Amino acid sequence: MPRATARTLAIALAATCVAAAAADYARLPGGEFASVLPQGATPGSSAVARIAPFELRTTPVTRAEFRAFLVLHPDWRRAQAPGVFADAAYLADGPAADDPPGAGDARPVTEVSWFAAQAFCESEGGRLPTWLEWESAAAADATRADARADPAWRQRILSWYAQPAAATPADVGGAPDVHGVRDLHGLVWEWVDDFNALFVAGDSRTQGDPDTLRFCGAGAISLADRDNYAVLMRVALLSSLQARDTLRSLGFRCARPLPGDPR
Amino acid sequence: MRLRLQSLRGTLHRASAFIGLAALAALAAPALAANAPGDFGPPQGEPIHATLTSPPFVPPPIHRSFPAKVIVDLEVVEKQMQISEGVNYTFWTFGGTVPGSFIRVRQGDTVEFHLKNDPANKMAHNIDLHGVTGPGGGAASSFTAPGHESKFTFKALNEGIYVYHCATAPVGMHIANGMYGLILVEPPQGMPKVDHEYYVMQGDFYTGGKYREKGDQPFDMEKAIDERPTYVLFNGAEGALTGDKALKAKVGETVRLFVGNGGPNLVSSFHVIGAIFDEVRFEGGTNIQKNVQTTLIPAGGAAIAKFRTRVPGSYVMVDHSIFRAFNKGALAILKVEGQEDKTIYSGKELDSVYLGDRARPNLDAVAKATESARQGTLSLQDQVKAGEALFTGTCSVCHQANGAGLAGVFPPLAKSDYLAADVKRAITIPLRGLTGKITVNGTPYDSVMPPMSQLNDDEVANILTYVLNSWSNPGGRVSADEVKQARAQGAPAATASGH
Repeated sequence: MPRATARTLAIALAATCVAAAAADYARLPGGEFASVLPQGATPGSSAVARIAPFELRTTPVTRAEFRAFLVLHPDWRRAQAPGVFADAAYLADGPAADDPPGAGDARPVTEVSWFAAQAFCESEGGRLPTWLEWESAAAADATRADARADPAWRQRILSWYAQPAAATPADVGGAPDVHGVRDLHGLVWEWVDDFNALFVAGDSRTQGDPDTLRFCGAGAISLADRDNYAVLMRVALLSSLQARDTLRSLGFRCARPLPGDPR
Repeated sequence: MRLRLQSLRGTLHRASAFIGLAALAALAAPALAANAPGDFGPPQGEPIHATLTSPPFVPPPIHRSFPAKVIVDLEVVEKQMQISEGVNYTFWTFGGTVPGSFIRVRQGDTVEFHLKNDPANKMAHNIDLHGVTGPGGGAASSFTAPGHESKFTFKALNEGIYVYHCATAPVGMHIANGMYGLILVEPPQGMPKVDHEYYVMQGDFYTGGKYREKGDQPFDMEKAIDERPTYVLFNGAEGALTGDKALKAKVGETVRLFVGNGGPNLVSSFHVIGAIFDEVRFEGGTNIQKNVQTTLIPAGGAAIAKFRTRVPGSYVMVDHSIFRAFNKGALAILKVEGQEDKTIYSGKELDSVYLGDRARPNLDAVAKATESARQGTLSLQDQVKAGEALFTGTCSVCHQANGAGLAGVFPPLAKSDYLAADVKRAITIPLRGLTGKITVNGTPYDSVMPPMSQLNDDEVANILTYVLNSWSNPGGRVSADEVKQARAQGAPAATASGH
């Protein structure tokens, strides 16, 4: 083994250990959940979804964590990532593998494509959460697993929407919710595994058009609960994306099955 | 035969749409039969970049004699601006303003539309142009994530003024945050020349706080669903078109207003106080309505209003659902400067006191007299004071406050020989009126005084007592009983018995 490669590997392994140590997951109980998206057997019909227990990263992936990932996976560095997996703005503001540790390390990494996010999660034995997992986790507040009926919960989401995007997001580590998960609202948008199955039409008013339903049963969206619009805006954002796209305000966190769960 | 006739009629109908397009006729003729009305054939010449303007300005007229490919670049910007003095609101905009940039193309143009979503934005957006023929008006083809750009192309088949707006979920919220504007599709021959063209667009806004509550105000979905706006505004902010920012014109100029209504909820009763629209293309359609005071502009609709300024002054534009104007901000000003024309408008010519019948302050004396009469302590002074108050409200309009009347029209009560000659006769005049020729103090009168049947016996007595004791009249007193008797006698109405 050439020395240079060995050294890189050593650094990479060290970095991986750091990353692994930093990755903190919380246990989410799952269970029955009423999504804003119709979950019925027939398109457009509502039904309660059943979510298996899972683990979710307590914070979005940080720039420091993603830098460590780039050290180990040079294919995902800005210069190397193939265009089909990441658009031109991919990691345009860093981090790069050879950046020294410094200010901004605790900020959530943004400008990552769905492919890159998925690769990161796989590298630590996880995956991106599904929309239902993400939505059910995000329904919590500090004391309740489902606080969505509380106007204060909705107002907290909306207050973030009401601010124009900051030049750079704040550091991760907001107040924990009842599950110990942080920053689901008010910091960045987050990729989900099935982002492209949420909402099929760019023109939201055509939801329920049989033509579109033929392609995607989950696509029909109806505002049965008028308070859902706060979450709907997240769906609208995600559904405007393609998997190679990156945004300054879009990061991700990973999920994984419970230990011992064969899934 | 019948088929042939119908087809001929169809051809004629299509052809009629092109009257006035002599220059184009030769060019377009081969395509006529195949194309939809308004399709003048393929674009010619080099592509043109459309000039976009921020409100209240309108891009210059097009003056082009052929259909072209027109490239429109419109950027979506999310930014905080003032909705009212000291009140911040996060607007979502087409081009950085509310309403969005004004787009002007020519009928028959092929429009290549580029919708750009600023990388700093948080939301995905799209655009539905009502001037587009096609599903969604372009919405599905323009769904754009932040940091991305979408392109779609449409042919401007129909001329007119059209609203555009964002149609991303939740649609109402995108519109309520200011995502609308106007696109003008000029007829091929252009529009008649005017001195000024302005761009005004109404919208309703829903903030968490009350009207003019300072600080950062979030969007309030609850109010929006209930259609209870906090603000109703022209051009996205209170004061956007007042003071230094008022629209301007000179006397004798023609003004064309492109007036849109973005909604999301309210219909506008658009009115300019002190002006009459000479012409309105109501609903933005082709028909022209003339001499319009107030034109209705539906949410998601627009109109073109034209008028000539006649006299100088500040003309206030309002939504004539008037609480919106004075309590929610729907006010704009058109300032017209120049020479006055007194033959059209004089300005104020008269400022005189007008007291409504029994104006409130007078009632005290009347109430006191009534009370004294009830207790049997009514004094001459009480009667005179009450009578004066009642006279001021009822009689002074004709007989004048000083009792002098108006020579030849209303007989005088001051130093009146007619009154002094017969007080009993005088009692019957307020009860039954007086019609016909009489002579008072040597001057003939021939008019009609109706019966003052609204006055009760006390009141008539007090008025007459006041009159008898004023303006060098002989004095004396009339009691309510005397009035009651006169009323009961049903004596013939005082007539012009001469004197």
